[in-house]
Amino acid sequence: MKDPRKKVLAVSSGGGHWVQLKRCLPALEGERLWVATVEPGAASSIDCERFFVVKDASRWSKIALLRCALGMAWLLVRTRPDVVISTGAAPGLLALIFGKLVGARTIWIDSIANAGELSLSGRKAGRFADLWLTQWPHLQTADGPEYRGSVL
Amino acid sequence: MIFATVGGQLPFDRMIRVVDEWAGTAGRDDVFCQILDGTFEPEHAEWARTLPLEAFHERLLGADLIIAHAGMGTILTALEVGRPVLVLPRRASLGEQRNDHQLATAERFRSGGQVHVAMDESELRERLANVDELTAAPTIGPRASDELLTAIREFVRR
Repeated sequence: MKDPRKKVLAVSSGGGHWVQLKRCLPALEGERLWVATVEPGAASSIDCERFFVVKDASRWSKIALLRCALGMAWLLVRTRPDVVISTGAAPGLLALIFGKLVGARTIWIDSIANAGELSLSGRKAGRFADLWLTQWPHLQTADGPEYRGSVL
Repeated sequence: MIFATVGGQLPFDRMIRVVDEWAGTAGRDDVFCQILDGTFEPEHAEWARTLPLEAFHERLLGADLIIAHAGMGTILTALEVGRPVLVLPRRASLGEQRNDHQLATAERFRSGGQVHVAMDESELRERLANVDELTAAPTIGPRASDELLTAIREFVRR
């Protein structure tokens, strides 16, 4: 019989993005949770089936971005998740892009730090996210993103 | 203990200077600063450039007040441990961050009442002069809101 659980790959960069991703993980209890983030030390604070360390990147460094993209593409090809979820930033956007390419459904939760406007990765994520969320009601628009609560 | 932290990404000399100056004038010997590769080295407060994760968490738990940039990692972690937190937003115009999203974060959190906010150094000095007035917001649990968790769960199971 096929495993009814979904294989979910949760991705974030470090700092606040990671803290916010962790707060979302209770929603994935009962699924097969795979996690990818930039800090090796983060593994000890969560319970997941597999843990991957990925290179961090931002749009400010082309080389780091390329390295991160290659690693992320390979990770998505290897893991073939049913769902990709991310709280940002650049590594998460890349995970959503490659996730779509391997047939995953995708969730973007824009950081609660973006209270004035969506982040650049958050705006770009709109094209690749099946569930595209902001954590601030006033940033919700008819064309997305949606507001469906926050990490607080 | 008063714990000032610049977070894990970039130094924040402007904040550390004010905290150290206050430690000197107020005669506080219980101030600890984590400064990354800041060029300003505190004269009155104890300091370290980085702290191992465990030690960082211990400092947070033991703090009567956490002074920080308006970064969500620090704010959320401070609210999780239920300590009072006072933030000074970084400014892009001063080269402290690439954009001014911390100003928006600080404004929103100030109106939400969850953190104390100083928008600039003079406000930071004022808040520190009345440090006993800085109380903690109610501790938050380790999970996102039920609304968000439900939205995620329903989408994943679909």
